[in-house]
Amino acid sequence: MAGAVKHDYHLVNPSPWPFVGSVGAFLLALGAVGNMAGLVDADSSIAFMYGEGSWGGLLLGFGIIIWTMFGWWGDIIKESHSGDHTPVVDLHLRYGMIMFIASEVMFFVAWFWAFFEYAIFHEVRLDPGLATWPPAGVETFNPWHLPLMNTLILLLSGTTVTWAHHALQHGDRKGAKLGLLLTVILGMCFTALQIYEYTHAHFGFSIADGGNLYGSTFFMATGFHGAHVVIGTIFLAVCLFRLLAGHFTPEKHFGLEAAAWYWHFVDVVWLFLFAFVYVVYQ
Amino acid sequence: MSADAATHDDHTPSLWDWKRWVYSTNHKDIGTMYLIFAIIAGVIGGAMSGLIRWELAEPGLQVFTGEDTGWGALFGNEHNYNVVTTMHGLIMIFFMVMPAMIGGFGNWFVPLMIGAPDMAFPRMNNISFWLLPAAFALAIISLFVPGAGADNGFGGGWVLYPPLSTLGHSGPAMDLLILSLHIAGISSILGAINFITTIFNMRAPGMTLHKMPLFVWSMLVTVFLLLLAVPVLAGALTMLLTDRNFGTSFFDPAGGGDPVMFQHLFWFFGHPEVYILILPGFGIISHIVSTFSRKPVFGYLGMAYAMVAIGFIGFIVWAHHMYTVGMPVDLKAYFVAATMVIAVPTGIKIFSWIATMWGGSIEFRTPMLWAIGFIFLFTVGGVTGVVLANAGIDQSLHDTYYVVAHFHYVLSLGAVFAIFAGWYYWYEKIFGVKYNSLLARLQFFFFFVGANVIFFPQHFLGLQGMPRRYVDYADGYEYWNMISSWGYVIMAIGMLLFFAVLIESMISRRKGEANPWGEGATTLEWTLSSPPPFHQFNELPKIK
Repeated sequence: MAGAVKHDYHLVNPSPWPFVGSVGAFLLALGAVGNMAGLVDADSSIAFMYGEGSWGGLLLGFGIIIWTMFGWWGDIIKESHSGDHTPVVDLHLRYGMIMFIASEVMFFVAWFWAFFEYAIFHEVRLDPGLATWPPAGVETFNPWHLPLMNTLILLLSGTTVTWAHHALQHGDRKGAKLGLLLTVILGMCFTALQIYEYTHAHFGFSIADGGNLYGSTFFMATGFHGAHVVIGTIFLAVCLFRLLAGHFTPEKHFGLEAAAWYWHFVDVVWLFLFAFVYVVYQ
Repeated sequence: MSADAATHDDHTPSLWDWKRWVYSTNHKDIGTMYLIFAIIAGVIGGAMSGLIRWELAEPGLQVFTGEDTGWGALFGNEHNYNVVTTMHGLIMIFFMVMPAMIGGFGNWFVPLMIGAPDMAFPRMNNISFWLLPAAFALAIISLFVPGAGADNGFGGGWVLYPPLSTLGHSGPAMDLLILSLHIAGISSILGAINFITTIFNMRAPGMTLHKMPLFVWSMLVTVFLLLLAVPVLAGALTMLLTDRNFGTSFFDPAGGGDPVMFQHLFWFFGHPEVYILILPGFGIISHIVSTFSRKPVFGYLGMAYAMVAIGFIGFIVWAHHMYTVGMPVDLKAYFVAATMVIAVPTGIKIFSWIATMWGGSIEFRTPMLWAIGFIFLFTVGGVTGVVLANAGIDQSLHDTYYVVAHFHYVLSLGAVFAIFAGWYYWYEKIFGVKYNSLLARLQFFFFFVGANVIFFPQHFLGLQGMPRRYVDYADGYEYWNMISSWGYVIMAIGMLLFFAVLIESMISRRKGEANPWGEGATTLEWTLSSPPPFHQFNELPKIK
C-alpha cells in the first residue's frame, strides 16, 4: 500500500520455522506411532525408524521441533531487541500467554474429570475391588510427608520468582538473578522429589504393573503436572541465562513475566492435585 | 513505529515464489492456503460420501464387496465402508469446514473488518495452517495401515468411542488418527489464541466491541469455544492412547474403567465443536443478508449476544448426544431442558435475518441465494434438532438416519451453504476477478435440489428405523435410499459447476471492483481494492 507504515503493530518477516516445525510435528507423530504400534515390519530396512519399539523416527521429529524452538524463539528475542515489541505488541504477547494458559487449564480439566468420575462414582464399578476410592488394597502416599514438602517447595518457588521479578523491576539485577536461580533450583528439587516418590509408590501404573485404575489416574494427572514443572523450570532457566547475558530491562522483561505466570499456573494445578488426589482421597 | 516495519518488504511477491507461501506471515496468503486446503480435503471427503451413497443405493453390497475385482480390491470389504463413513466425518469437520470458515474466511476478513494490518501473531498463524497438512497426512496414512485385524483403517465412527477405538482396532491406524487429531487440535488452539488477541487488541481506533462487524463477533465466540473445548478432547485422546499402548484402563471396564466417561469427555468437546462449525456461518449470513437487503442487520446487539449465549449454553448440553447410555432420568430432564434453551438464541438469529430482509430492497445476487438457502435449510435442521432434544423421542431415533438427516441439514446444508455464500460474497475481494454469476447460481440450484433430495428422505428412513453406520439394510428401506443416492448425483454436478465457475473466472480474468455490491456492503473490506494490497491499513482507519 502506498504510504509509510503508521502503526505500531509488528509485521513479522517471512519465516521458515512454522513449516519446519510442522514437518517436525508430522515426523514426531509418525515416529511415535512406529514406536508404539509398529508401522513397518521388523525386518524392514527402515525398522529402526518406524518399526515397533524404534526410536529413530521419534527422535528425528523431536530434534526438528527442538531446532524449531531455538530458531523461532531466538528470532523473537532478536526482534524484541531490535524494538519490534512496541507497547501494543507487548500487550499481544500478554494476551497470547493468558489464552495459552487457559487452554492448558482445560487440558487438566480432562484429567481431573477422570479422577473425580472414578472417585465419586466408584460404587457403580463392576469390579468390587474398585467399589471404594482409593480402591481396596491401594496403599496411597501419606500427603503430609513428601507431598506436603513438595507443596511447600512450589509455594516457596512462587515467592522466589516474585522476588526475582520485583528485583528486576527495581534495577536490582543481582537480586533478580539470585531469586531466579533459587526458583530453578526449587523447581528441580520438586522434580527430584516427585521422581523419588514415584519410585517408592506402592501401586503400579497399570494392570500389567500389578496396579489398577488408581495408579493410572494418579500417574497421568501428577505426571502431566510434573511434565509441566519440567517445562516451566526450563522456561525459567532460559530466562536466567538471558538475565546473565544482559537481557531484560526494568521496564521490559515479558519473557520473565510469562515464565512466572506459567510457573504460578503449574503451582495452582499442584494445589488442586495436593488437595484432592493426595489429601481428600488418601 | 518499529524499526523493522520500515524496512519490511512492502511489494507484493510473485505468486510463483514458493517462499511466499511456505514462509508466509501474511494473513491473506495464509487464508488463501487454508481455502485451497479446504477445497482439496472437501473433494476427498465428498468423494467418500459418493462411495457411501453408491454402496447404499440398493440393498446388498455394491462397492465394498471384498471381492478382488479391481474395484473390490480398491475399496475393500464391509470394514472399509465403516472406515469411509468415519473418515468422511472427520475430514469434513476438521479438514474442510473448520479450515474454510475459521482459517480461510477468518484469516482473510477478521483483520480487514476490524481495520488491522494483519493478525496479532503472523508467524504463529502460519504454523496453525501448516500443522493441518501434517495432521491430514497422518489421517490419510491411517487408511493404508492395519486397523482392525488385517483390515486397514479405523472404522469405529468419527466419535472414536471405546471399545471400538481401543480393543476393537488394535492396529496402528487408530494411533495415527489420534495423533492426527492431536496435531489438528494444536493448530486450532494456536489459531484461537491468535484470533482472540487480534480481535481484542487490534480493532481500529473507534471500533468498540459494540461496533464490531457480526462476522468478527461470530469468530470471537467460535475461537473461545475452540480454546476451551479442544484441550479436553486432547485429554480424552491421550487417555485412549495410553489405554491402547501403555496398559491403562481409563475406558476398560475389565480394569475398572468406564467407556461412557469417554463419551462425556468427547461430547464436552464435541458439542461446542458443532457450534464451532456453524457460528462463523451465522456471521457470514448476517453480512450477506444485510448487504443484499440494503439495510443494517436487524437487532445488531441481539444478534451478537445471541451468539455469545449459544456459545455459553453450548458447553452445558453435551450429554444430549448420549441419552441411550443409561443416564438417570433427572439428568436427562436437565439436558433436555438445557438443549431446548438453545432454540431461543437461535430463533433470535433466524427471525432477525428475516426481519433484516423485511422491507428491504432485496437483490437476489448469488451470495444472497446461498444465504436464503441457508436460512431455510438450517431452520429445518434446527427444528429436527428440537425433536431430537427430547430424551424420550431420542430413545427411538438415536443412531438412526433421522439423526444423520438432522446434522447434515445443519452442516451439509447449513455450514456448507454458509461457506459457499461467503465464497461468492468475497470471491471478487479475495481473487480480484469476477465470476460468472449465471454458472454460480446454477451451482446453487443444483446444490439446493441435490442436498434436499439426498437428506430429506433420510428423515423418513430414520423414522422407519434404519440405523446409521451399516453397509447393508433391509429391503424395505430401498426406495428412499435410491432417491437419496440420486440426490448425490445432482449435488456432484453442482460440485463440477463450482470448479467450472472457478476455472472460468481464472481464465477470463474480468477485473474485480473494490465494492461490487453497492451501498449495502458497509464493512471495511469493501473500502480496499480487490484484491487488497499485500499489506493494508498502513495508516489505520478511524471509525466514527
